[in-house]
Amino acid sequence: MGPKLEADSLTRIVDGDPIVNSVSLRVRESTVVAIVGSSGSGKSSFLRLLNRLDEPTAGTVYLDGTDYREIDPQTVRRRIGLIPQDAALSRGTVFENVSLGARMRDEPIDGVRVGALLERMGLEGYEDRPVEELSGGERQRVSIARTLYVEPEVLLLDEPTAHLDTAIEAQIEDLLAELIREESLTCVLVTHDTAQARRLGQRIVEFDDGRIVAEGTPEEVLE
Amino acid sequence: MTDAALETFVEQATDPVILTGFVQIIVATALAAIVLGVVYARNLDFGREAVTTSGRGLIQVVAAGAVIGVLLAAHLAWATVVLAFMICVGGWISHKRGGAIPGVFRTSVISIGFGAGLVIVMMTLAGAIETTMRDLIVIGSMIIANAMKTNSLVLDRFTGELASNRAEIEAMLSVGGSPEQAINQYVSTSVYASIIPILDSIKSLGIVQIPGLMAGMIIAGSNPIYAAQYQFVIMLMIFAAGGLTVVINTILISRRVFTDAKQLDGDVLEEIDV
Repeated sequence: MGPKLEADSLTRIVDGDPIVNSVSLRVRESTVVAIVGSSGSGKSSFLRLLNRLDEPTAGTVYLDGTDYREIDPQTVRRRIGLIPQDAALSRGTVFENVSLGARMRDEPIDGVRVGALLERMGLEGYEDRPVEELSGGERQRVSIARTLYVEPEVLLLDEPTAHLDTAIEAQIEDLLAELIREESLTCVLVTHDTAQARRLGQRIVEFDDGRIVAEGTPEEVLE
Repeated sequence: MTDAALETFVEQATDPVILTGFVQIIVATALAAIVLGVVYARNLDFGREAVTTSGRGLIQVVAAGAVIGVLLAAHLAWATVVLAFMICVGGWISHKRGGAIPGVFRTSVISIGFGAGLVIVMMTLAGAIETTMRDLIVIGSMIIANAMKTNSLVLDRFTGELASNRAEIEAMLSVGGSPEQAINQYVSTSVYASIIPILDSIKSLGIVQIPGLMAGMIIAGSNPIYAAQYQFVIMLMIFAAGGLTVVINTILISRRVFTDAKQLDGDVLEEIDV
């Protein structure tokens, strides 16, 4: 069986500087690939290319064997969901944010699904709360629920615990670990924390200067 | 320039009232000089700017008066040319507020042209603007100038909203939203912010301010109630022209801040930040 997601010589050049340089990577279904590397190594830029929030200068991405340039970008982003570093919630209530995917596509909102996701995130009964009143950890939980609501086939996580304090970081990481295990999610996780990469990733990829410099199991790369 | 227009211009330029006007300018200048004296005495920095701005304003307004004098005697068809010129200049001045957006000069001219043009045509057909050079130029320029100001405000706010809400917009794109949906709330905020000054002017009409046109009509001996009614019509015309301008322009520019692959255009955002 082919990979669920495949980056083929993916490159992005900004002002003459290759921030992602000919990166090829295969992600099999129901596996978690963790990308580690120092700040500015191109990890997050690579993730934005996978979700097509930025345009590759060269190379492409295959989703189930189909070149993603042949798929409408809105559909690509729905199938490859991104949980950003900053929760980036919109003004409004928790319910409105979690159901954003449906509202963006003028689809009927599944209130039961919103409730179930909030319960799963430990935010039961938060539906009507304005997002301005939430703590950092609660905001990130809403952001995760917002992405999961659209049932993406691949989940991209861009340093999902980077802005949280240690106790909340552990809670969010446990939540993600549970979700990944129970839902058999296919994920690409970007993190600067090698311990987190080891805990969540089945394969580890190390980035430096926009390139992959090491790839393998956690033991092979991190020890 | 036709002989009739030239004759009218010479007649107006030699009118004794021009001399009276200059005497009045001298008195007003004396009052402004008091302000300048205070500015210099307190070492405030804008004395030079106040002098040059006043001088420039005097030259501009006298020149405009002379040009209007000539135009009033010209054929009515020239009104279209003059108003079109004003729309282009209005588009040029206001487009700089959103200079980072590709093609914003063209969208501004189209929007001001549509917003102000439609209102001028409709109100002329309705009889609120007389089909004379005097009414078309004076009232038309008032409508165009206000549409230009509203356009400047919407461009300034829209680019600010884009820059400060990039993460939120991309979060909406990330769950499958279209570019139009992703920036919809920021477009609404920008449109509303741009028409606040007009709304406030209408709210304060007759209470905080007696607008120039109404004051002028009363001074010229018109019935104050009719002057007030006409001023209200003018305010609504300004509101309609400004509102149409910003609605059209936000529709046009919204498409230009995204790439063909429905991504926020990084070059535009970088230019806004600069």
